Amino acid sequence: MVNHYETVFIATPVLSEIQMKETVEKFLGILKNGGAKIVHEENWGLKKLAYPIQKKSTGFYYLVEFAAEGELIRKLETEYRRDERIIRFLTFKMDKYAVEYSTKKRSKKEVKAEE
Amino acid sequence: MTQNQSEIRYLTPPTVEIKKKKYCRFKKNKIRYIDYKDPEFLKKFVNEQGKILPRRITGTSLKYQRKVAKAIKRARHLALLPYVTDMLK
Repeated sequence: MVNHYETVFIATPVLSEIQMKETVEKFLGILKNGGAKIVHEENWGLKKLAYPIQKKSTGFYYLVEFAAEGELIRKLETEYRRDERIIRFLTFKMDKYAVEYSTKKRSKKEVKAEE
Repeated sequence: MTQNQSEIRYLTPPTVEIKKKKYCRFKKNKIRYIDYKDPEFLKKFVNEQGKILPRRITGTSLKYQRKVAKAIKRARHLALLPYVTDMLK
């Protein structure tokens, strides 16, 4: 069964911009190879963490929204755990309200961008 | 006559402090989904130490309190909200 998911990961701040792009590409590649349809991606950039993680006080946040089979999640999360560059991740299964919310939020942003 | 007076008294009840009724802001504003990615909004439901406020104070209905709690916990995991602090606000 295909579900909507949303995944956020935090990469270490030591990465250069190119390395960060590579990391993102890697995970997008994993998703695409697993037959996921990417709905939306969002780069939050370097953000301050509310508390230190692995002695780091900042991190690169990246959000991907996708539709995929549930099986893929396990694969994705093992990849997250194996990758040293990822210091934190969260995968969230979206219910219909969450999907509605995010599409609404996005359309609002698009309207703003057009103005 | 006396009866009349008492009736008047009855019709205008003494204005003792009327407690403002608490309400669930999610039900009132028809918010169906609570976003864990919005720490500014979630901060309304925690105290200065970053603890989740009880329903008795916020007035949130049980259904949404559960969702608020989950959202806050997710935000904490992603370091958007602290687990413990002082002077959050």
